[in-house]
Amino acid sequence: MKQLKIFSVPYLVWMLVFILVPLIMVAYFAFRTADGQWTIQNISDVGQYANIFVRSIWLALLATVICLVVAYPLAYALSRMEKHKQSTMLLIVMLPMWMNFLLRTYAWMTLLGNNGIINNLLGMIGLGPYKLINTSGAVVLGMVYNYLPFMILPLYSVMEKIDKSVIEAASDLGCNSRRVITRVVVPLSLPGITSGITMVFVPAISTFIISRMLGGGSNLLIGDLIEMQFLGNSYNPHLGAAISLVLMVIILLIMTVMNQFSPDDQVLI
Amino acid sequence: MMKNKKKYLSLLLSTVLFASMLSGCASDSDNAEEEGEEEVVEQTLTIADEDYYTRFKGDDVEINVYNWGEYICIGEEEGTLDILTEFEELTGIKVNYTTFATNEELYAKLKGGGVSYDVIIPSDYMISKMIKEDMVQKIDMNNIPNYKYIMDDFRNLEYDPQNEYSVPYTWGTVGIIYDTTVIDVAPEDIDWDILWNEDYADQILMFDNPRDAFAIAEIMLGYSLNTENEKELEEAAELLKDQKKIVQAYVMDEIFDKMGAGDALIAPYYAGDALMIMDENEDLGFVVPKSGTNLFVDAMCIPTSSKQKEAAEMFINFMCEPDIAYANIDYICYSTPHSAAYDMLDEEVRNDPVSYPSDEVKEHMTVFVNLSDEASKTMQDLWTQMKSAEDETTSRWLMPVFLVACLLAVIVILIRRHIKNKKDIF
Repeated sequence: MKQLKIFSVPYLVWMLVFILVPLIMVAYFAFRTADGQWTIQNISDVGQYANIFVRSIWLALLATVICLVVAYPLAYALSRMEKHKQSTMLLIVMLPMWMNFLLRTYAWMTLLGNNGIINNLLGMIGLGPYKLINTSGAVVLGMVYNYLPFMILPLYSVMEKIDKSVIEAASDLGCNSRRVITRVVVPLSLPGITSGITMVFVPAISTFIISRMLGGGSNLLIGDLIEMQFLGNSYNPHLGAAISLVLMVIILLIMTVMNQFSPDDQVLI
Repeated sequence: MMKNKKKYLSLLLSTVLFASMLSGCASDSDNAEEEGEEEVVEQTLTIADEDYYTRFKGDDVEINVYNWGEYICIGEEEGTLDILTEFEELTGIKVNYTTFATNEELYAKLKGGGVSYDVIIPSDYMISKMIKEDMVQKIDMNNIPNYKYIMDDFRNLEYDPQNEYSVPYTWGTVGIIYDTTVIDVAPEDIDWDILWNEDYADQILMFDNPRDAFAIAEIMLGYSLNTENEKELEEAAELLKDQKKIVQAYVMDEIFDKMGAGDALIAPYYAGDALMIMDENEDLGFVVPKSGTNLFVDAMCIPTSSKQKEAAEMFINFMCEPDIAYANIDYICYSTPHSAAYDMLDEEVRNDPVSYPSDEVKEHMTVFVNLSDEASKTMQDLWTQMKSAEDETTSRWLMPVFLVACLLAVIVILIRRHIKNKKDIF
């Protein structure tokens, strides 16, 4: 055991230097002015962007719920398949992730455009053109598409471990198939649900490239706002740090609430 | 002003590369044909005063050059000069060449410290900001004899009134790209108000950067492009807010695809890039509105942190060698402030009103200078407000209420769990 502990030292050092120290710096920057005074002005300035926060949370929640609804039945079906089929299906789920994230989102721009493939196809049967891109719907679509595998994988890995005999036992003892799902499968897969939600919600709430490419720049999210502070015309890293800090606190709060739904001994963040 | 173009271009390129791999030899023969059609003119390099460049030979000097992406000719096309290699061979100075995508990125990098560059190429307003903040140093023009080639029009511009800090590299204008097949208006009648024309609702693209977007509104209102007056800025923001409902999207480099594919009809953009888009889609036209526009200049500067000032000056002088300046401008497609390079250009290019507008049009152009911190903060705030204007209905209290609700939920759950744990003990 002791030897194993020694091997974890590199990561501990890594964590200290590249995670903990930067976090402290973010907090430090958030409470400083440009001329080196302590202040809470930055934090209170974040208040004026409340509507952007609300929109980000709302869109990220929407994307998470859609991901969950789509992924849950799929993950269940996947886990009940024969072993060799499972690996093929998993491969298909993973396949889009082999391609670069930017490229995938870029492809959606071509698909959804006013002169894009979808509108052209609809045009052939006399429909449209519809305004698909540059809407908040397109942003949610982009989030769902990009983060769906992150929901499927944890769900699948938990469900795969549910013993077939447990389900058979439930049926034997008189559960109909609906009750098997609600009383056995769902409670047993709760840890997968919570970690899946975390894996989708957290990147979705802080994304900026999806909203830039599919939202047409008029659907600002927090990520865009932060990016503007560091690389935009209003170079203000202090406000940017403050927004990031507030965002982190909000995510932490939401996650804490989330984790209360999973069994006490299996809290996963 | 190349912005993120490089990123998207490389994305596109990789797709094209993949496609061409699939199509294999078919495309090879196409290429050969195309090359056959275009005459390859071998670019040559003659240096008037070679002695000037030999001072550092054998001293192992290195300089760091920080430039826009795809903003120098490195001999990718047949017959063109590889400028960096030529410089290294001539002077024995090693060049470490890196690129950036936006002025702000350059600023953030220099401001952050920890890096040392010897030559940077920011745009006008960024130069004046850097001068003000003491981030660039004065250049000894005696070390840059080739400065004599810089046209008078580009000397002593507002961002560097005494011309002590910068040597102009390229310039360009902002104008309107439009689809000539749909918009049946004579080019000379097109003005900025076409971007507010409701007939083209949802077919209009707009700059996704406050400085350029505000400039257009300010021209329409008749204010200076460098105004710091809060009321004028607010009026401009109001005008942009009016426009929002007919704007399809706020974009920067995405313009290349959207205009190229015909997804939108009208967009304001930089002249040099517009030429590139027009190569892709022949239906497009470009016009520099008569009522005025922004003239931007990208110029070479030496940061205060430079340790090789003389070598940096040598590099700048080399970039102003007529043959080099010509090779660069031929590659970049922007306009040149270099008189000898201008004379070397094709007649056709020199008479192109997109690249080299007439003096009459030029008269109405303004160069950006840096705005005061307060004014740029006002502009940024107005811009963010404008962009997220849709949900003005959501109350400011929504967020705090939501947070308090979350906190309460956590507390309730913790208390419940505490009670439950106590019960478990018994």
